[in-house]
Amino acid sequence: MTADAARAAIDAAYRTEARRVLATLIRLLGGFDAAEEALHDAFAAAAAQWPRDGVPANPYAWLVSTGRFRTIDRWRRQARLRGALPELTALADMQPETAAPEDIVDDELRLIFTCCHPSLTPDARIALTLREVGGLTTEEIARAYLAPAPTIAQRIVRAKAKIRDDAIPYAIPDRAALPARLESALQVIYLIFNEGYAATDGPSLMRAGLCDEAIRLGRLIVDLLDDSEALGLLALMLLHHARAATRVDARGDLVLLEDQDRSLWERALIAEAQALSARAWASRTVGPYALQAAIADLHAQAASTTETDWAQIVALYDVLGRVAPAPVTALNRAAAVSMRDGPEAGLAAVDAAMAQGELDDYHLAHAARADMQRRLGHSEAARAAYQRALALARQPAEQRFLRARLAQLPA
Amino acid sequence: MQYVCLIYFDPQQVFDQSAESNAVLAAVGQYNDDLKASGHYVTSQALTLPNEAMTVRVRAGKMSATDGPFMETREMLAGFILIEARDLNEAVQIAARDPFARLGAIEVRPVVDYSKPRPKL
Repeated sequence: MTADAARAAIDAAYRTEARRVLATLIRLLGGFDAAEEALHDAFAAAAAQWPRDGVPANPYAWLVSTGRFRTIDRWRRQARLRGALPELTALADMQPETAAPEDIVDDELRLIFTCCHPSLTPDARIALTLREVGGLTTEEIARAYLAPAPTIAQRIVRAKAKIRDDAIPYAIPDRAALPARLESALQVIYLIFNEGYAATDGPSLMRAGLCDEAIRLGRLIVDLLDDSEALGLLALMLLHHARAATRVDARGDLVLLEDQDRSLWERALIAEAQALSARAWASRTVGPYALQAAIADLHAQAASTTETDWAQIVALYDVLGRVAPAPVTALNRAAAVSMRDGPEAGLAAVDAAMAQGELDDYHLAHAARADMQRRLGHSEAARAAYQRALALARQPAEQRFLRARLAQLPA
Repeated sequence: MQYVCLIYFDPQQVFDQSAESNAVLAAVGQYNDDLKASGHYVTSQALTLPNEAMTVRVRAGKMSATDGPFMETREMLAGFILIEARDLNEAVQIAARDPFARLGAIEVRPVVDYSKPRPKL
């Protein structure tokens, strides 16, 4: 085998196997740090041996057993220096892993559930999931979240310490705990997606990468667990992703839904999402993600905003508001109401949503209010609301949009 | 990415002949060998004590040289290891295995990537 061919095989194994090998090594070695070191050792060994001996028939099994063997070997040497570790003999005597496909799949699920454990802070869950399940480097996560690398590194160090100190089990939750734990995992995935999706500025490539990674994680969960909310979340992300390219123009300015070129929406992603959504609705229970996917699907099916089934969208928001009451849901429902019944009814609905008090510092609430006032011809009220939205908006593209709207108001 | 692990310690403690310090000094060779075997090692040097050092400055075109660095703390820069690591977390993990981390402190500094713009401060 040529050195180049071996190199290519190792690169391919890194892309396809590294995450799964790590997931299995964490279980076998009982900790993240030991497993990461073992993963590194396994690939270092592959670089030395594959050019000479050829690529093994099952790279996953070879990497797991090599990483495990090298770690036990190192622990033996350290034990000689520091005095024997009692658990070492037991670990070394364990039967080498059989690489049954269902075991590998279970290890990946264990890793997701551990990284998304509710006792970790949401920030820690996101950073840990992106690094351990997603394979991103600390520096990549820091760039995507516009945070200093040591901040992210610290978050990961502390999360791992918490998992170790609290003895958070590396296990798939049992049936009773599964819904709550899955909800936490889906929330982490959706937060990752939103971080990538909401960004219209900054290092955009890295942030689009967050959407891709969230979708990959969503697919992984759907492949591993046939759950209606997991299906709904993946469908929702794919539907948003399908129109990502039309949300900003060539200058980086925002394009509203009504002005987006729908011929550029990615039909293959929409079709995939619709099939997932149908599977979610075929199950008897439908949760917030499946409902939001259904709303996004109605947008995707419509040829324009005027031909959109707004009555059905308002009805779905009504259900969503009962299943998962949230101020943002009430705000989105108000926007749909304004499309169904006109700006006056929309304004009343926005004001009702804002009366709950949690939307005061949310720029999009004031922008929605401004839009209703503008459509009603209330220029002064619209101006005040746009100005309030502008003061709260942080993304340059949104600020440009709001300034343009202000400039268009009649004096 | 490359990272420099700067090793700081108090020489009074490291060379106090205690069992703990001697165990640390005895483990350093194995640590370096492990880093070489794993492919993380790029290069390393240990430094002599500051009493053999000079500090040089040029101000208004005139050179001045003084004896030793004058440290406020008792911990001094004792050496460095340049490593290759996947990311900052891996570098921190590698630094944590350095025996000197048990007595002193290891500062992990990413090496400057000249393809990126200079910091604006």
